[in-house]
Formats: sequence, C-alpha cells, structure tokens
Amino acid sequence: MDKKQLVIIGSGPAGLAAAIYAGRAELHGLLLEKLSPGGQVLITDRVENYPGFPDGISGFELVDKMAAHAKKFGIEQRNDEVVSIERRDDALSISLAGEDNILTEAIIIATGATHRSLGVKGEKELTGKGVSYCATCDGPFFRDQVVAVVGGGDSAVQEAIFLTRFAKKVYLIHRRDELRATKVLQKKAFDNDSIELVWDSVVEEIIGADSVEAVRIRNKKTDQDSVLEVQGVFIFVGIQPNTGFVKGLVEMDEQGFIKTDEWMRTSEKGIYAAGDCRSKPLLQIVTAVSDGATAAFAVEHDLS
Amino acid sequence: MSNDKIFHVTDADFEAKVLQSDLPVLVDFWAAWCGPCRAIAPVIDEMADKYDGKVKIAKMNVDENPATPGRYGIRAIPTLILFKDGGVVDQITGAVGKAIIEGAISKVI
Repeated sequence: MDKKQLVIIGSGPAGLAAAIYAGRAELHGLLLEKLSPGGQVLITDRVENYPGFPDGISGFELVDKMAAHAKKFGIEQRNDEVVSIERRDDALSISLAGEDNILTEAIIIATGATHRSLGVKGEKELTGKGVSYCATCDGPFFRDQVVAVVGGGDSAVQEAIFLTRFAKKVYLIHRRDELRATKVLQKKAFDNDSIELVWDSVVEEIIGADSVEAVRIRNKKTDQDSVLEVQGVFIFVGIQPNTGFVKGLVEMDEQGFIKTDEWMRTSEKGIYAAGDCRSKPLLQIVTAVSDGATAAFAVEHDLS
Repeated sequence: MSNDKIFHVTDADFEAKVLQSDLPVLVDFWAAWCGPCRAIAPVIDEMADKYDGKVKIAKMNVDENPATPGRYGIRAIPTLILFKDGGVVDQITGAVGKAIIEGAISKVI
C-alpha cells in the first residue's frame, strides 16, 4: 500500500495553511475533507480581523483564495470522511467512510469545531423551523420579523448586527450583565436601534408547535420568568471541537479540545493538531493558519 | 453546476418534476449566500452519481422560488427533502456528511 508522509484531516484555514506549507516542503501528503473547503469561515459573512484585508473580506472569498493557494502547491486532495485512526507498527492507519484505509507517517488533525446547542426544551424539535445556528444562512427567512440571538461573545454580537438587515427587531439575550465580545462589536451593537439587549437572562424553553413562536427566559438576578414573542432563535453559545473520532487516542482537555505542545504535537507520536480543534486561548482564523503552518513545519522537522 | 445528472426545479415545475416523479427525488433547497449549502455541494454531486437511475437529485434556489420552501415550512438551509410518490419521506437540515444522506436514501431504494 502507498504510504503517505502526511495526511491532513480537514480543510478549513488550519488544514489549508498546513497543506500550503506541506506542499512547499514537498512532503508526500494528502488533504482529506468531508464537505467542501472552508469550515466555519463559510458561515461567516465578513471577516474583518484577518491581516491584509483592511476593508474586510467575505468568508466565501477568503475560503476561495485559501483553497486556490493550497491547490497551487500540489498536495493531493480527496473528499472523504475519517472514521477512526489507529497505530499500525511505525505508521498510522486511517479508516475512511468511503474508500480504503490510508497508511501514513504523520497526521495533522484540523477538523475544527461546530456550534454548541443550548440543550433546552424545544431546541431540537424546532431546529430548521426557526431555531438556527447560522445567521448568514437563515437570516433572510426572517425578513421583517422579530428574532432572538442567544450569547454574548463575538459570534453572537456580530450575527445580531447582521440579522438587523432582515429582522425588524433583534433581542440579544445574554446570561451576564456585560458582553464578552470585542469592544468594536459591542459599540456597533449598542448603537444599533434594532437591537435590544436582554441582560442577565437565560433561555429556558423555545416554544412553538410547527415553528418558533416564543422563548421563555429567566432573569438570573430576579429569578423572574418572562416570554418573548419571536419567530426565530439564533444560538451562538460557543463551539465544541470535532474530535470524537480520536477520543482515547490523544490527550484532550475537559471540553474535548486536543492538547499539544508549541510544535502542535499531541500526546501520540506522529499526530499533530491545528486550529479550532486544539486547546488554546484564541480561536480565530489568524491563529488557525498559524497552527497549520507550525504543524506542517513540525512534521517536516520530525520526519527528517 | 458541475454535475449534469442534477436538475434545477422551480415553483412552477415542482409539482410535475418532483411530486409526480416516478422515481424518488432528493431536493436540495439552497441559496447562493449560504455557506453550508456550498459545503455540501460535493456530497450532493457524489449522491447524483452513485444513485443515478434510482433516485433523482434536484436543486431549488429558495431566493428565486419562495412558494415551495414556504409550503414545506423551510426556515433554514441547506434543507434536503426526500420525496417519494408526492410525499415527504425524510427531511435533513444543515451541512451533513454523506452517511446521513445515504441513510435517508436507503429508505426509498
């Protein structure tokens, strides 16, 4: 069987950056992606903090540029989904959903993260019927309607601002009395007349028969319940790493993010992690590409 | 569109092409501004090749065709609906991998 030097799993910014560096280092590598390239950048309307784009850049455009850049450096790409990884003597074996297994010397896990759910009554039942985790996808369905955004970080605040393009009113429901989002976003939200902040509150239930009709919220300071009539609920309460397939194989933190050293090496020899699936303080495109570059460099270093 | 086995369907011809189809039809409700719609496009292409002759694969642009998405209560995209004999067999929301889509298709073939 053809043995690779490196397999990169996932083609968001971390995986694409790793592919560029691996390609330029002429490693015999393969980039695996189960969907199309881009990861979470694909659900980002505009990226305003990636250096080199002072006017911001659309998520789509940035993904296209990164994917074209990775393609140019010739690392082979394949569309398939990884099921599991196991050690086979001095190599690693990757089982795929579609084709045969792959043998490789090194793996960079760049599988990113997905949205976390609230875990309240009505959420699962009404997903796709007013409950959404993607404002850029579903915002246009809520033209002239009233929606709630849940969360207080960058995503929540940015998407609340985005949703005011369509919705006539956006409630921003946050469990604390201040936002965690970056200051420039906070200011934009406070200055936006269509956004109403609902402080110190948590969503207890999403109500609706066939589609969302309201949310029941509880004020944590007063312990009072109230009901907000909304047609949509957009949930941005953090992310969870896509690392279930390597659970037990590499060390992770309590939330399942993969622990690495500063070379992106995991606890398992030959396995590296990069991007949002890695345990680190700042999950951003700029840190993802940094991780990807470092991981590819570490692979090249460790194999030689 | 890269795959000529996939056809576009509109509000006007939905009845004839999907509801009255002799084969089951998987309809991908999408829009140009939707990132996850783009993310699943390669998987939809692959399904069209793999199930050619058994299941038809169609795409409906929800921007240009508001009536049908409204009729099926669609408020999120991508939504995939699998139709057979005019009825809904399964509905999937969000960018999912091929295992889930194939699971749905296996109910009709």
